[in-house]
Parts: sequence; C-alpha cells; structure tokens
Amino acid sequence: MLLLAFDTATPAITAAVHDGTAVVAESTVVDARRHGELLLPSVDKVLAEAGASLSDVTGVVVGVGPGPYTGLRVGLVTAAAFGDALGVPVHGLCTLDGLAHAAGASGTVGEGPFVVATDARRKEVYWARYEGPGRRVTDPAVDRPADIAERVAGLPAVGAGAALYPEVFTDVRPPADQSAGALASLAAQRLATGGEFLPALPLYLRRPDAQVPAGYKAVLPK
Amino acid sequence: MTDEPLVLGIETSCDETGVGIVRGHTLLADAVASSVDEHARFGGVVPEVASRAHLEAMVPTIQRALKEAGVAASDLDGIAVTAGPGLAGALLVGVAAAKAYAYALGKPLYGVNHLASHICVDQLEHGALPEPTMALLVSGGHSSLLLAPDITSDVRPLGSTIDDAAGEAFDKVARVLGLGFPGGPVVDRYAREGDPAAIRFPRGLTGPRDPVYDFSFSGLKTAVARWVEERRREGKEVPVADVAASFQEAVTDVLTRKAIRACKDNGVDHLMIGGGVAANSRLRSMAAERCADAGIRLRVPRPKLCTDNGAMVAALGAEMVARGRAASDWELPADSSLPVTEPHVPGAGGALDAHTALHTAGHGHTH
Ligand SMILES: [Zn+2]
Repeated sequence: MLLLAFDTATPAITAAVHDGTAVVAESTVVDARRHGELLLPSVDKVLAEAGASLSDVTGVVVGVGPGPYTGLRVGLVTAAAFGDALGVPVHGLCTLDGLAHAAGASGTVGEGPFVVATDARRKEVYWARYEGPGRRVTDPAVDRPADIAERVAGLPAVGAGAALYPEVFTDVRPPADQSAGALASLAAQRLATGGEFLPALPLYLRRPDAQVPAGYKAVLPK
Repeated sequence: MTDEPLVLGIETSCDETGVGIVRGHTLLADAVASSVDEHARFGGVVPEVASRAHLEAMVPTIQRALKEAGVAASDLDGIAVTAGPGLAGALLVGVAAAKAYAYALGKPLYGVNHLASHICVDQLEHGALPEPTMALLVSGGHSSLLLAPDITSDVRPLGSTIDDAAGEAFDKVARVLGLGFPGGPVVDRYAREGDPAAIRFPRGLTGPRDPVYDFSFSGLKTAVARWVEERRREGKEVPVADVAASFQEAVTDVLTRKAIRACKDNGVDHLMIGGGVAANSRLRSMAAERCADAGIRLRVPRPKLCTDNGAMVAALGAEMVARGRAASDWELPADSSLPVTEPHVPGAGGALDAHTALHTAGHGHTH
C-alpha cells in the first residue's frame, strides 16, 4: 500500500506519503494565499523523499474540509484528477478528523471530550466535538465563537481556529495546523479496519455569497 | 499529420468549464459544461457559484473530451490551461486540475493567456494565422484591438475599452429591456425584428480627437436606458425590437469601424474577430460587408468557438508545443490580471525541462 495524502482546507498546504505502516515523507507549508502554487511542488517533494513516483500510489487521501472555499478546491480537484488519471481510489476525510487524530497521536488529548476548531474567516470557526480522537460526535459546523461558547466551555481545543479566540477556547492545545501525515495515518487505519470514507466532495457549510440585483438602477432622476 | 502536437486545453476563466483537444490545427473535441443557468437569476456571473460548478464539472468534462476525441490521455503531447486573465477562484480550479493531470500523465504543462487563446482558436477554423494577425476581441469581459506578430510570444494591445466591455453593454441593455441574462443572444434575436436606424444612439470615442483604437460603451448604455425610461415615463410602449436593433447597430458600427481603421493604419490585410460577442449576427454581417469594401480578409470562427471554450486553449497550447516554447512549472499561479502581452507563462526551467526532454525522447518527436 502506498497512500498519497494532502489537505488544502486550512492555511496549511500539507502533503504526505504513507506506506501502510508509517508516514515516510511529509511536507507542510503555511501560506493561506498560495495553495494553488504550492500543492503540486509539495506532492512532488514528498514523493521524491519517499523514493516513489505517482504511479506507485495505490490510493489518494484528501481532506474535504470544511474550509474557506478557494484553497479547499485546490486539494479536491487535484485529488479528483489524480484519481482519474491514475485509476486509483480517492478517499475523502473530514479535515477536522485529521487534526483530532494528530492530537490523539501526540497525546495532547486523551479519550475524553474535546473540540477541534479551524479558522473559517469572517470571525467564524469551523468546528466539531469529539469523545476521544477517533470519535467525532457532532457534524462539522460553522459558527461565531461567542455563539458556541457554552457548548465548548472548559473543553480542550485543538486547531488554529481555537487559538484565535482564547476568550471562548480557554484550553488550547497543539497541534495548530493540519498535517497530511496524520490524515494519511487515519486513512491507513480506516482502510485496515474497513472504516468508511467521505466522497471527495467539498464541505463548504456556507451558501455562496450572491446578491440578486433588484431590477436595474434607473439613470433618470426620480 | 500525426506528428502535429496533440494537446488538451482547459478553460475555467469565467462560467464555462471547457475542455478541448486538438492535433495541431485540427479540432478533435470541444466539451463544455456551463453554469450560465445558475447565474441567470443573479443577472451576472457569481464567482463563487462559477468556481463550485468548475470543481464538479472538471473530471467529467475531461473524460467526455477524451472520449469525443477518441484519444488516450497517455498520447497527449501537453496539457494547456488558461492561467489568466479571469475570475481568480475560477481560474484556480482549472490550473490545479491541469497541473494534476500533467503531473500524473508525465506531460508538459502550458499556462496560457485567455485572450491570445481567443485569437489562436481561429487556426482550427481557417488554418495557420497570418503574421501579423489583427484581432478584435469582444466579449462580456474584454473589448480589445490586438496586433499579434507571433501568437505564442508577441501580442501588442492597440486599444481597449475605457469602461464597459461590449458584452457587458449587451447584458445591461437586456436588463433595461427586461430580457434577462445573458444579454447577447437575446438582444441579437430581438434586433432581427427591429429597425437599426429607428433611434440614433451615440457612437462612443469616435470624435476627431478621441483615441483612435479605444472603445467606450458606458455612454451608449446610459443613452439606451434614458431613452427607454423616458418612453415609459410618458406612458408609451417601448419598441423593444427597434431599441435592440439600434443599440446593436451602434456597438457593431464602432467595433468594425475601429478594427478596419487599425488594419489600414498597420498595413494588415486580415482581420480576426473573436470572443462571445463575435457570435452576434449583426457584427458578423457588418464586418463581412465592411471588410469586403476595404479589401480585408475577415476570419471569424463559428459561434461555438467564439465563446469561451477549451479548444481555444488547446489550440494555443499546440502552437506553444509546435514552436518549442518553454513549458510552465508546477508553481504556475492563476493570475486574474495576466497581461495580454504575455501569451503564456513560461517556467524558470529545471524540473520541467527534464520532464519535457524525457517525454520528447520517449516519443521520438522533434519540434
Ligand atoms: Zn473570453
């Protein structure tokens, strides 16, 4: 098994190669505005480090968000194109689950409740609640931190979104950024145990901004 | 013939997900998925709606194009993509897809200019472009007069709109008349039943001291709105067909007049017209008449190749391959304001050169 994983749903551009046992190469760059430029070079780099080429890959793992739209689509369209061109399956995973898995693996959270929160911009966070790193108990949502303060009060919180709002998330723990290595490990675990994946479709959680113009603006004075 | 470059082109600069495949100057496939209906109720293209639709349509449209062309992806000599100008988020989907396919298939990537592609598409219809080519590009996003001594490396802007694009004026007039979005086709349809001489609307920037090759459609659009509102205020019926025909006459009069002037001034005996507005029937007929009178050979592709499509991107990509232009590298950005003077975005070299060399050796090509 050779998994290529990447995620562009957060400010991080992260890519990793996993051989079924362990992460063999990983690259993470945080640059919220250059997902489109940096993803392919990152993929190229981790494959080279792993001593593999894309044709050796048996499955593509991609974070499906939630995430601010433009960057998120870079990862998803790249995964879909790889899947089509190589004829390999594309496994979607919730981006927040990757952060939860990373926190569990590094021991910053235990089997108790915690939340994961990423930056949704516009003074909102994407978030979900977990009971242990492998068990998400709410659907990912987008909210203003103040509106969920009671629901997350006192819980450990993982992710850069939590760190932005210390008045709401009072117990912030690492990691801050998404890691494709963690996402790949989670995928390898699910593949080994027959767990389920999400379709590689974006979790936007917001409707597109669009104003319906009210007729046309008259040019003559009223 | 088979040693002409086989190139797949991806276009996502606005609301059409276009994938075309060409071999040299021969069109093999032109697959388009449009999100235009989703934008209609907003009265204009909504960037986020367009970007979402591109993501959904991308892989199926590529598959459809390959099937239509009857070629295998592994046989391609390159993948071209619109790198700009256009809507940033929309461009990004196409650029990321093109990189992924190019990387996965081991093919060189060519990020190309949308405007130069609109010109180059005519090679699929009328064969090699004359050099230089004079081109009038008119659409919802652009109105320019361009002189192209070499479509792969040398495109010079002579003039462009100082306010609205020609296609935008069609959209706005359609809205004033209550005809819906997009405005181009519906105004054209009504205009066929109307009298183009019924109302004398102004011709922007045609005075003796005005810039010779620049356009302005904002004043015309306002004049049409004013005329229509005055009629309505007086409680009179608005002669929609006459307004549409008279407006369309004013636009096409200015466009063709300036384009022919540009040909004469620069000693060019060909005129190419491209972009969505080139699908307008009156523009096509007026340009044909005036070019014939001026002894200029007119080249206008069929309407489907005038609107945004992937074939035009493939056509320019094939020309890049044929002329041995440097491929783009994996860092290729989507550039929403890519200048028209940059027909493509060559890479700094390195990985891609090795890549291209490997591919060329593998297929025994010499370009
Ligand atoms: Zn266009």
